[in-house]
Amino acid sequence: MITAIYASLFYIATLILVGGVAFKVRQYALTPAPLKIAMTPAPTTTGGVVFRMFREVVFFESLFKSNKWIWLFGYIFHAALVLVLLRHLRYFTEPVWFWVGLIQPFGLYAGFAAVIGLAGLWVRRFTVERVRYISSPSDHLMLALLVAIFTSGLFMRYVERIDIVALKAFILGLLYFDWQPMPADPVLMVHLGLVITLMIIFPLSKLLHAPGVFFSPTRNQVDNPREQRHQAPWAAKMYPRASSGE
Amino acid sequence: MAIFDVPTLKDFLDIPKIQEGAMAHSKPFVASPEHQQKLGFPGELVDGWEDKAIAKFGDLLGRYRSLQVYMDSCVKCGACTDKCHYFLGTGDPKNMPVARQDLMRQVYRRYFTFAGKWFPWLVGAKDMTKKVLDDWYSYFHQCSQCRRCAVYCPYGIDTAEISMAAREIMDSVGQGQKYCNEIIGKVHEKSNNLGLPAKALKATLEDLEEDIEDETGIKVRLPLDVEGADILLVTPSADFVAEPHVDGLIGYAKVFHQAGASWTISSYASEAANFAMFIGSYEQMHDIAERIRKAAQDLGVKRIVVGECGHAWRVAYNFWNTLAGPFDFLDPNYPVPMHICEYTHDLIEEGKLKFDKSANDHMTLTYHDSCNVARASRMGDKPGGQFEFPRDIIKAVCNNYVDMAADTIRESTYCCGGGGGLLTDDLMELRVKGALPRMQALKQVTENNGVTHMAAICAICKSQFAKVMPYYGFEMDGIVSIHQLVSNALIMDGQNTGEDPEEDPAPEKETDKDPKTPEISAAEGP
Repeated sequence: MITAIYASLFYIATLILVGGVAFKVRQYALTPAPLKIAMTPAPTTTGGVVFRMFREVVFFESLFKSNKWIWLFGYIFHAALVLVLLRHLRYFTEPVWFWVGLIQPFGLYAGFAAVIGLAGLWVRRFTVERVRYISSPSDHLMLALLVAIFTSGLFMRYVERIDIVALKAFILGLLYFDWQPMPADPVLMVHLGLVITLMIIFPLSKLLHAPGVFFSPTRNQVDNPREQRHQAPWAAKMYPRASSGE
Repeated sequence: MAIFDVPTLKDFLDIPKIQEGAMAHSKPFVASPEHQQKLGFPGELVDGWEDKAIAKFGDLLGRYRSLQVYMDSCVKCGACTDKCHYFLGTGDPKNMPVARQDLMRQVYRRYFTFAGKWFPWLVGAKDMTKKVLDDWYSYFHQCSQCRRCAVYCPYGIDTAEISMAAREIMDSVGQGQKYCNEIIGKVHEKSNNLGLPAKALKATLEDLEEDIEDETGIKVRLPLDVEGADILLVTPSADFVAEPHVDGLIGYAKVFHQAGASWTISSYASEAANFAMFIGSYEQMHDIAERIRKAAQDLGVKRIVVGECGHAWRVAYNFWNTLAGPFDFLDPNYPVPMHICEYTHDLIEEGKLKFDKSANDHMTLTYHDSCNVARASRMGDKPGGQFEFPRDIIKAVCNNYVDMAADTIRESTYCCGGGGGLLTDDLMELRVKGALPRMQALKQVTENNGVTHMAAICAICKSQFAKVMPYYGFEMDGIVSIHQLVSNALIMDGQNTGEDPEEDPAPEKETDKDPKTPEISAAEGP
C-alpha cells in the first residue's frame, strides 16, 4: 500500500516537475525580448555572454557584489545541494558510477553545510528588518521544507540508519517500472514525502529562479545594438520596413 | 525652503530604518484627458479598468520576456533592499526594489499563477483593486528606472522593466502621469520637449553664435536645417536654453568648428530626449525615434551625433537601430549613432584639439556617471568605455580631477534622483530625498579633496542637481557639462586667447556668468 502510494506520487511529481519546468522554459524561450536591455558594461560577443552567465551561475557574481552574507549562506547552500544531489545518484545507478563513488564522503558533509546555509538565510529573514518586511509565508515555508528534507536525510544517515539496500531496490524499481517494496521507515516516509512536495512546488514557485536566470535579458544579451539590428517578431509586424540593410 | 524635512548629510551613508508609508503621499499630477488622448490613451480611468488592466498585463507578459521572467524569478533574498537611492533617502519600505516589484508581482500571482489563484495568502497575491492601483501610481513614480538594483540582483531582475510595464498598464486604463505625457505630446507637436518653435530655436542659435564670437573672436556656426551637412546633431532641448546645458552646446559647436566638420541641427528633430521610454510605450518610443531617421534622411546627412543626455543616449545607443533602423543610408564607417563624447574623444586621441587646461584651474572636478549612460550604453569599442571616455575628456581639459567613492560611481553610480520621468516640481520631496546618496558622496570629496564642481553628461542630471544641490548646501552652479569644460579649455585656430593666460586663466568666459564660479561647499545642515 505504502509502496503503491509513494510510487504513484513519485511518477506524478516527476511529471509535474519535468512538464512544469519544460512549460516555463518554453514560455521564456518563446517570449521575445523586443529591446536590447543588457546591463552594461556587457560582453560584446556571444562567447563573452556565455562566460558572464557562467560566472553568474557558478559563482553568483552579482550577489557577491551585493551582499557578502547572503552570498556566503546562499553559496554554501547551493554548492552543498549540488553535492548532495550528485551523491544521491548512488541510489539510481547500478553499478554506481565511479565518480559518484568518489564524492560520497563530500556529499555527506555537504548535508550539514546545506543546513547551515539554510539556517543563515532563515535567520536573516527574522533579524534583518528589510528582509523581514519582504518575506511572505511561502518564503518561510520554502526554507522549512528544505531544512526538513536535509535534516530527515541526515537523521537516517547518522542517527537511525535505514535499510539502504531495500531503498535502492525500491528506487531502481521505480526507474524500471518493476515496483519493489518501499522500506516502511517513518523518517524515510517523511523524507520522501517532502521531496515529492518540493518536486511539485518547483515549477509553481520562486524556485523558477533556476531556469529563469538563463533567460534574464539584462544578463544574457550581447552588447552590440549599433552593429546588429535587433527586432522582435511582433515589432517587425507592426513596423515593417523594406530595406537592403538587414 | 521646503515643506518636508531635507535629509541631513552625515559622515557616511546610513541604511535607514524602514518607515512604512513614509512616501505614500508622494504622487505626481495625473495627466489631463487632453494629454492622455493626444497619445491615444483613455482620458480618464475607464469603467471596468480592473479587467482591462489585467488584460493589458497579460498582453505585456506575452510581449516582454523581461517582464515574464522577472515576475517569476525573485527569491526575496534581500540583496537589492539597500540599493535604491529612493529607499536610502526616504526609508519607505516600498521603495526597496523587491517591494516595488512585489506591488506588481502580487497581482501577477493572483491572476497568472496557480499558487496565487488557489493560495493567495501564502504567496502574498492580491486582487487588482483601487488601493493597489493607488500604490502603483505612487510607487512606480518613485522609481527613476536607473537600474542600480539590477546590477546587484543575482538574476538581473530589472525594476525599470517592471515600472515601465506598470506605467504602460496605467496609461492604458486612463491613469497617466501629467509630466511625461504632456511632454511627449509636445514632442509630437513642436518637435521638442520644451515646445520651442523653429523660429525661436533659430534665434537662440544665432544669439549663441554672437556670444561665441564676442568671446573668442571666431565665427563659430550653430547651423540649423542645413541640407547636405555631414553630421546631424541631436541633442536634448535643454541644451538650447538652460544653464549649464547651453555651455555644453557651445562646447559641441566649438569642437565641430575646430574639427572643420560640416554639421547641422534639425528643427524637425530638435530633441534627443525620448520620454516614451519612461512610460514603457514601444509605440510612442518608435514614433519619437522615427523623427530622427526622417530628419537624417531629409537633410541627407552621413552621420548622427547625440549630445549630452542620459536616457536619450540609452534610447539612441540601444533602441534606435531597433525602433527606427536600419540606418544603412548613413556612412558605415562611423557607429550609428555616435555620442558627442565619442566624437570629441576621437579628436583628442588624434591630436586635433589643443587645450589650455589652466582655463579650468579655478575648479576641481568630479564626475557623476549618469545611470543610463553607465548601465545601459557604451562608448567606443570596449565594454566600460562609457566610464572612461568622459573621464578621459575631463582629464584632457582639466588639471584637477578626483573620483567619488568607488561604490557610488561607474556601474554602481547613484541616480541623480530626477530620472525616469520624475523631473517635475510636483515630486520635489522625492527628488530632494532621492539625491541623498549622491550628495553624500559629493560631500566626501568636497571635504577631503577640495572638489568644487561636478560634471555630468545628462540633461536630467544637470537640471536635477542645479535644483536640489542648494537643499544640501551646495551652490546650484556646482554642476557643469563636460563640453562646458571642453569649451573653456579649447583653443581654436586663430582664437583670441587673451594677453596672458597664466595670470588670467579664464578670460574668455561668457560675460553673463560670474567668471569665478563660486565654490560649492557642504553645509553644516539644511
